[in-house]
Amino acid sequence: MTDGSDPAIQVIGLTKIYDKIKAVDQISFEVQRGEIFGLLGPNGAGKTTTINLLTGLARPSSGSINIFGRNYNADMRTGQHLMGIVPSENNLYEELDGFENLCFCASLYGMPRVEREKRARELLELVGLDTVGKKKFIAYSRGMQRRLTIAAGIIHNPPILFLDEPTTGIDVASARQIRQMIRQMNEQNGTTVFLTTHYIEEAERLCERIAFIVAGRIVKIDSVESLVQDVQGQHIMQFSFDGAYPKACEELQSGFQHVTCEAVSANTVRVISGERIDIVPFIRYFESKGIEVTEARKIQPSLEDVFVRVTGLAAEEMKKEREGKSK
Amino acid sequence: MKTWIAFWSIFYKDIKTYYLKPPNISWGIIFPFAWGLMFFIRSGSALDIRSIVPGVVAVSILFGTTSLLAVTITFEKRRKTFDRLLLAPISFELLMLAKTSGAVLFGVLNAFVPIGVGAVLAGLSGTAWLPLVLGVVFIAISSTFLGLFIAVSVAEVFEAQTFSNFFRFPMLFLCGLFFPIERLPVFLQPLSYILPLTYGADILHGTVTHNHRLPLWLDFIVLLVFCVTLFLLSLRNVRRKWIL
Repeated sequence: MTDGSDPAIQVIGLTKIYDKIKAVDQISFEVQRGEIFGLLGPNGAGKTTTINLLTGLARPSSGSINIFGRNYNADMRTGQHLMGIVPSENNLYEELDGFENLCFCASLYGMPRVEREKRARELLELVGLDTVGKKKFIAYSRGMQRRLTIAAGIIHNPPILFLDEPTTGIDVASARQIRQMIRQMNEQNGTTVFLTTHYIEEAERLCERIAFIVAGRIVKIDSVESLVQDVQGQHIMQFSFDGAYPKACEELQSGFQHVTCEAVSANTVRVISGERIDIVPFIRYFESKGIEVTEARKIQPSLEDVFVRVTGLAAEEMKKEREGKSK
Repeated sequence: MKTWIAFWSIFYKDIKTYYLKPPNISWGIIFPFAWGLMFFIRSGSALDIRSIVPGVVAVSILFGTTSLLAVTITFEKRRKTFDRLLLAPISFELLMLAKTSGAVLFGVLNAFVPIGVGAVLAGLSGTAWLPLVLGVVFIAISSTFLGLFIAVSVAEVFEAQTFSNFFRFPMLFLCGLFFPIERLPVFLQPLSYILPLTYGADILHGTVTHNHRLPLWLDFIVLLVFCVTLFLLSLRNVRRKWIL
């Protein structure tokens, strides 16, 4: 039995093992109705596997998935009408134009011709593609393809929308438009949104709650506000050097015991402390080592800092990964 | 009702985007026409032509269906457009029937090219048309499901083509298309009876030349068993390999 108070998605002890490797390891979380929930993590962390498990493209090794209070472990297909799915790749038909693609996707959900054509026209307008609706999908730019793929995901007005890396590899304007669309759907239709992303800023801007996933395990889950509060009392100084200084952290850690140090890149480090940081001793220290400091600046703690602290992964590493992925 | 909208939509899209493309139309006409003409020219008389029609019809259906299915299924899986279908709220059975119906229709239409050529050159009076048409449909379905089984067993289009040939070329001489199975070496003859086209060819020979080895009802039943088995095996493979 289900009632209106059941969460939109409830995952309990979900595990997926591929060839003895745990791609997803005992994850549990709930996504409330009307919430925008983000799953944030590096490549290979298990984000796409989690979406595949939730949508029926993969079978769980163990654990359970409830959608609006109903268990779909036995056959996820019976719950697929409740979901809109936007995969990380734009998997529409190259040979069809934008309008035909949307009509085709609508027909998969059993929409009659008149209704699906009306809905396709509405969505083409919503995603700003109404003037190019008769162009073949293959002729669209990557941003346009992404917008059409999202439109295809919401063609049947699903109560839950799954978005896998919605803005990866597209231009800033399209990414912004997509974020606006997601917000709009959530506010106007009460659509529950589950999204995975590499972009920390995107998760911070869009999501109400975020789960950090690393190596198949959820290491932290909380509201964006609470996550940022965790690091709000911290003071962070970022030093950049003229050239690589790989041992910077190691040396600073032993020279300044009241601070912690994180390497951002080969020539940039962050010094973190619960108290105000006086930069003079640090500058003198670097001078004594013959290291030229090109920039020293105060950093406002952000979700990125929470991510780095919780996952132990440098933000730069994430950036490299997403750049690699968008190529 | 709603699921049938999905069915017709998939069927119509495949017809439009694959089967009605000029290369496929030309393949569907030129290939059976060339096969037909090649054998008919070699035949000395109208009687010879009549005896060749069943073989050419069977080959046309077999090659037409299996070649296209390798593309429509394997290619879509490769481009991940097939995932969109797997995520649609329709049953696997209906989905795979929708994906294969276009190939069945293509195979049936392929068959009527050599039948037409045969009718013009030799006249096909005395042909049992109803069982012939039913036979053509059964061969088209079994060949399509063989193509489906191959397509869902491999990952790449070229693998599908290679794997198809592994079945198709032996069938050319093992299934009694152009000469009776009895003329094959004894040790090869049992192989003939595990290939669906043997039964399809027997129906065609029976209806066109009235020369068949098994009762037609038995041929139909065996073909039906092949169809159901290949379809269920394909569904099992999709569930095991594509829903990881």
